[in-house]
Amino acid sequence: MTIASSSPPSRLPVGGAEGARTTPRTRKVKAREGGGDGRLAAVFLAPALLGFLVFLLWPTLRGIYLSFTRFNLLTPAEWVGLDNYDRMVHDPIFWDSLRVTVVYVVINIGVQTVSALAIAVLLQRLTQSAVLRGIVLTPYLMSNVVAGIVWLWVLDTQLGIGNEIIAGLGFDRIPFLNDETWAIPTIALINVWRHVGYTALLLFAGLQAIPNDMYEAAKVDGASEWRMFWRITLPLLRPVLAVVLIMTVIGSFQVFDTVAVTTNGGPANATNVLQFYIYGSAFGRFQFGYASAMSVALLVVLSAITVLQYRITRAGQTDLG
Amino acid sequence: MRIRTVMALTGALTLSLVSGCAQGGAAGSGANSVTYWLWDANQLPAYQACAKGFEKENPGLNVKITQMGWADYWTKLTASFIAGTEPDVFTDHIQKFGQFADLNVLEPLDDLGIDDSAYQAGLGANWVGQDGHRYGAPKDWDTVALFYNKKLTEAAGLTADQLNSLSWNPKDGGTFEKAIAHLTVDRNGKRGDEPGFDKNHVKVYGLATGGAGDGDGQTTWSPFTASTGWNYTDKARWGDAYEYNSKTFQSVIDWYFGLAKKGYLAPFTDYTDGANPANAQVASGRAAAAFDGAWMISTYYGTKGLSVGTAVTPTGPSGKRATMMNGLADSVTKNARNKEGAKKWVKYLASNECQKTVGGYGIVFPATPDGTAAAVAAYRKKGIDVSAFTEPVTDKQHARTFSFPVTDYAADVYALMRPAMQDVFANDAPVSGLTKTNDQINFILGQ
Repeated sequence: MTIASSSPPSRLPVGGAEGARTTPRTRKVKAREGGGDGRLAAVFLAPALLGFLVFLLWPTLRGIYLSFTRFNLLTPAEWVGLDNYDRMVHDPIFWDSLRVTVVYVVINIGVQTVSALAIAVLLQRLTQSAVLRGIVLTPYLMSNVVAGIVWLWVLDTQLGIGNEIIAGLGFDRIPFLNDETWAIPTIALINVWRHVGYTALLLFAGLQAIPNDMYEAAKVDGASEWRMFWRITLPLLRPVLAVVLIMTVIGSFQVFDTVAVTTNGGPANATNVLQFYIYGSAFGRFQFGYASAMSVALLVVLSAITVLQYRITRAGQTDLG
Repeated sequence: MRIRTVMALTGALTLSLVSGCAQGGAAGSGANSVTYWLWDANQLPAYQACAKGFEKENPGLNVKITQMGWADYWTKLTASFIAGTEPDVFTDHIQKFGQFADLNVLEPLDDLGIDDSAYQAGLGANWVGQDGHRYGAPKDWDTVALFYNKKLTEAAGLTADQLNSLSWNPKDGGTFEKAIAHLTVDRNGKRGDEPGFDKNHVKVYGLATGGAGDGDGQTTWSPFTASTGWNYTDKARWGDAYEYNSKTFQSVIDWYFGLAKKGYLAPFTDYTDGANPANAQVASGRAAAAFDGAWMISTYYGTKGLSVGTAVTPTGPSGKRATMMNGLADSVTKNARNKEGAKKWVKYLASNECQKTVGGYGIVFPATPDGTAAAVAAYRKKGIDVSAFTEPVTDKQHARTFSFPVTDYAADVYALMRPAMQDVFANDAPVSGLTKTNDQINFILGQ
């Protein structure tokens, strides 16, 4: 406690049962520690708190307020009550974009989690190579927009090298990003490609926490790798897996940039995910009130899913020891 | 001591952040300068030359030009209006005009004394809002024509004269459909009009795809819909109702996208805004011809290894050819920091003098007849014949020019029509579905 001992006491402690029993000297030190630490903590917290208030809490509250208004950003907002929510409930494009988003999340999270788990387990059980771990993480170092553009070029029906290879092998070209059936799975897989390494690394860290002697004991008992995975790895990884799932699902629901650079929501709204629809309503059509209402809906959906996931996966508890 | 240091540092950081934000807002303009935004990189040197002339005439005033790509341009412009960092003057597009008028971000330019008759017909009137005030000074114009790969048309035995006198109708497609069918070649070398043609394995399409065309079809279906006499809206400007519900319109759309089903028009899946636009399809040899705008002339003619020709759009059932004639303008923003200077600059941009300078670069057709003539001469010097683009403007007997639809709620029309047209082209949805979309649009317009 360098700080406490180097600065003079600023004020005496507020009395308490414990304080009354201590000697004056200890009391002083404790007071200095308490008061000094509190102020210091406040100072250290201030930038983060300022950021939280300015960039998170205030926009959220204002967004909720704006969802009850008609607002084009350039002229004053006009209170319209529940009109935006009424419109949302009756807007087939909103429901369709919600459906598209859910399909995206299911494919994205499903494939990503299984692949990441497989990679993490392989990294833990087969090799300890830091180089391999680095390679796995490489796509994550690329920005989403760059990844989107790269894949747009690779997968272009006519000019893409991916389709050139497919055609070269004698198959028909696949309109990965231009066909309503292919577009969402393609975008979901592009994002799996980018995020799987990062997710695998998080799970890998979780695996490191599982005591090795469990595997040794299981081996002595003659358990196979497969059995050990199901009986040891997966149950003990559950809390980490749950947190990773919650984080990735929230992130997945907010997909935007990959859609913006690859399909622009098309063809025929087939990839018009919720965030893209919100963006288009706000910055394309200047309907910030309606866009805010949809954002509030997304917030509610995400909160509900998070709480549900937390409950189901018992993310706060561990089976370890 | 240390706490104070940390506090001071935090304070300094916060202050610098706040002042940094504030500075960003005021950057780049002042009493002696006029900020000007444009999106076409090809045009930058021409307007830099104009700025020099302007600065000579107005000592003490200087023009700061910022150029950025089309997509970034509108996003940044929107953001700048919100943040209060908009330029004094910007290049305006008729498609966005209605929205900017709705948002009340443009400065009236009535006192500039713009005379509509000094410009090519129709270009001046488009920039007068519903309130009767002028919000844009005519700058340039463009039309649409057929660009073709000469090597492929010659191989097909089609002459320039034949391509320049094509006609079409929604029943059998006329000589236009015959021509693009003949230009189409499958992987076995069979042409589109030969027996045994395999429409599912086309090597070269007769016509490149420019996507579904959103609500305007500028370089896709509009030369056809307009040559039947159809119009986007009930009035030339600021109409109350769109007419995508018209049976004529829907039958033309059905025929046009039907060309893809026959294998003559590249399918929707071939088109990607960013990766594979129409000119790339022609450049890669994937398509023999493409409808494209005058702003693409330098791109097509500048493509290495591609010998290009151009032809006017085909004559339609109305007996006339049709092309959109779209004019850009320069607008002054309502919150311009240097409004006086901005207006002077716009007046100069709209002058015959500046437009002749711009025309001399041979990259765009300026709005004044002299400016246009200078551009035609400059193109000729480069060995490019642009008559396919200018003829529809001068030959009113055989051609019709029409404008982008100018209405309120343009962004909403776009947001509704884009997926609807894609649904028809990409998913083979029935054209009658456009009636419902039209109802939705007209409902919004009626609000």
